[in-house]
Amino acid sequence: MTEVSNVDLKIWRGDSKAGELVTYRVPVREGMVVLDAVLWVQANMASDLAVRWNCKAAKCGSCSAEIDGFPRLMCKTPITEYGGEVTVGPMKAFPLIKDLVTDVSWNYEVNRQIPQFTPSEKDLTSSEPWRMQQKDVERVMEFRKCIECFLCQDVCHVLRAHDLKSAFYGPRLMVRMASLEMHPRDVLDRRPLLKGKAGVGYCNVTKCCTEVCPEHIHITDNAIIPLKERMDDAYFDPVRSLIQRIGGGPKKTPAGGDQTPGR
Amino acid sequence: MTAYETVEADVLVLGAGGAGLRAAIAAADAGARVLVVCKSLLGKAHTVMAEGGVAAAMHNVAYQDSWEVHFADTMKGGKLINDWRMAELHAKESPERVLELERWGAVFDRTWQGRIHQRPFGAHTYPRLAHIGDRTGLELIRTLQDRAVHMNGIGVHMETTVFKVLKADGNVAGALAYRRSDGSLILYRCGALVLASGGAGKMYRVTSNSWESTGDGTALAYDAGAQLRDMEMVQFHPTGMVWPAGVRGILVTEGVRGEGGVLRNRQGERFMERYDQERMELSSRDVVARAINSEVAAGRGTPHGGAYLDITHRKPEFIKSKLPSMYEQFLKLANVDITKQPMEVAPTIHYAMGGVRVEAESGATTVPGLYAAGEVASGLHGANRLGGNSLSDLLVFGKRAGEAAAASINANSTAARAGIDQDDVDRAIAELMGPVDRPAGESPYKLMAEIQDVMSKYAPIVRNGPELEEGLEKILELHARSKSCGTGGSSTLAFNPGWHTAFDLGSLLVNAEALLRSALERKESRGAHARSDHPKTADDLTTVNYVVEKTTDGMHVRAERQPPMPAYLAEVLTESHARYTPEATE
Repeated sequence: MTEVSNVDLKIWRGDSKAGELVTYRVPVREGMVVLDAVLWVQANMASDLAVRWNCKAAKCGSCSAEIDGFPRLMCKTPITEYGGEVTVGPMKAFPLIKDLVTDVSWNYEVNRQIPQFTPSEKDLTSSEPWRMQQKDVERVMEFRKCIECFLCQDVCHVLRAHDLKSAFYGPRLMVRMASLEMHPRDVLDRRPLLKGKAGVGYCNVTKCCTEVCPEHIHITDNAIIPLKERMDDAYFDPVRSLIQRIGGGPKKTPAGGDQTPGR
Repeated sequence: MTAYETVEADVLVLGAGGAGLRAAIAAADAGARVLVVCKSLLGKAHTVMAEGGVAAAMHNVAYQDSWEVHFADTMKGGKLINDWRMAELHAKESPERVLELERWGAVFDRTWQGRIHQRPFGAHTYPRLAHIGDRTGLELIRTLQDRAVHMNGIGVHMETTVFKVLKADGNVAGALAYRRSDGSLILYRCGALVLASGGAGKMYRVTSNSWESTGDGTALAYDAGAQLRDMEMVQFHPTGMVWPAGVRGILVTEGVRGEGGVLRNRQGERFMERYDQERMELSSRDVVARAINSEVAAGRGTPHGGAYLDITHRKPEFIKSKLPSMYEQFLKLANVDITKQPMEVAPTIHYAMGGVRVEAESGATTVPGLYAAGEVASGLHGANRLGGNSLSDLLVFGKRAGEAAAASINANSTAARAGIDQDDVDRAIAELMGPVDRPAGESPYKLMAEIQDVMSKYAPIVRNGPELEEGLEKILELHARSKSCGTGGSSTLAFNPGWHTAFDLGSLLVNAEALLRSALERKESRGAHARSDHPKTADDLTTVNYVVEKTTDGMHVRAERQPPMPAYLAEVLTESHARYTPEATE
């Protein structure tokens, strides 16, 4: 770590129409994180500097930003990692509201399209508490660690570079779907949705999302790839496809994302 | 006059933490059209910070556990000034609320038999906290959030702050709010309003609370004429981070001690032996917090003024699986590997036991149509909250308040919505806009820092009369100054935190004044309220609560005696194994 007494914080100021990087000189305290510096600027130099934050302990996922171009949580990034100068900008994959605050409402809308946790009728009406083994719930626990910081969405090139929000739900929502699909008591089949509107096929496994996840969720390996495999099992099984061709049976019609037949 | 949009709802829920979401689900289940209004994004509320678990006597780990023991633990931990009916309902209903959460998709750690695992926690007689690692709050809020957004009757307005509760004919009839993003205004017209807005930790400098915890709900209720109760009771969590300075106050879960962590002073002494020999580190929070405070005062503190919390005797894999976010937090923020080195901890402001006075069964406040649940309400925790009782509180009383609010909707309350006085609306808007009209007035950030300094200095972990008096005087001065405060320089309405902070000040000042006035009245030491000039617990105050009310000549505090406990509960209390916490004030 570099010892510095001041840091020049270049913060992106502006709204959806116009903006620029403005430099603020901030005195560095021991253990200071980028969020501390931004809040210091807010209290002392720019009272209307817009920034989202809540817990300041990497548990709520509010203070996502691009720090020297890399998507990170401001509350978890020691400012001394950067020497005397650091640039802080908003997430680029979402529409800007003001300064460091972006409109992330799309993620919430998509979440509503994913059918919620659905246990079997028998489980639901049973008066007995459920029994599940630790090793069975551990599989989904990793996904449930997600704090919805949307950094994975920000870095995903399908959403960021190609703006294909209409075709692909993005890594966060893939993690959400994995947490439901692999829940030991969930019985709903979300594969038609995965293949359809959720667009799991768009992910080409570059693992950028995994790299930026502050909760260290193995998004690509443990969530997206298994979901791809599930979808492939259902729709692209070569053996079944061969049998269908020879037998001339009814062709499987891909179900749209809105229908979610039970398993 | 500034323009505003009008939005209708049957039940308006203020806050989207555990209590707010559970209330919204209950109200929608009962057929009401519900609107949840929250200051931040959905899922970011303070509930995500809850780490240790949710207390429920499911007896999955200790077969001897029962609602009776949980009830007794809660009452004894709260030093008996709790609302006994709330404590009873809470102990009886929390297991069902936890199991219900599991049926909605929540995932908990399991016992070897496949049941929900329960960990030991401070002042709970038996292992009782259902948990998932050390991020139980996140699990709870995510489960409720996903359930709520998939229900038809529930709408959510995010990043929207309510600044006024409106009444018509004495009933709650609506509320006014502004959107953070552009400062536009909304008039909500509703039949009932559920306050679920959390605590007021931002009164203090060192706190585990986020910027949101400015006591808005308490202040709005007070302003609307509702009674507050037990406002002197704020909890110092014994273990907050102390170093580096930037992270001071961030919570270190009690789960560390639940999993075997021990506290030591600079001399390596396990000092809890001197404060609570029987329960040691797992004594109630008030006792452990004061013990650390006393050690530091006696010169036995760590280099940064705290105590060492050590769990290195446990295996690294165990620590990483049971306390993953603590491991991560210390490694990242303090450069400390907790599997190899002890943590440095000191008390941090954590929770408000006091708040709006509510009826146990329904969460109804003393204003018709106004309900409250969760941290903003008072009664369940008395003078000291046990760890884990907060998450169960949210579920049990969130549900009850949501149901009662929905049930209160009828033709009359629907008609009353139309009766909102336009003058009230105009006045409230003018007050909110004040700082924008005088942007160069005193900086709200500076005023907030001053409030925090006053409260930290004059209402600390051990209080005394003269200091409380002096603190009150200073808070009243700050109150006067806040009337002419600006925004810090900018008069933009678009996402202007300076302007928002100016509003938050008003809420904090009501909470601070109520705290100081109530603390002055309670001339004894009990639970979180310790006074060096009245170090003993006064037996005749065991059934007394201090109630705060708005009168024509300002804030008024009076003592009120609780109705006697029914015989069956009194019996539970005397026969239970639950232990009383020793009073440790010197």
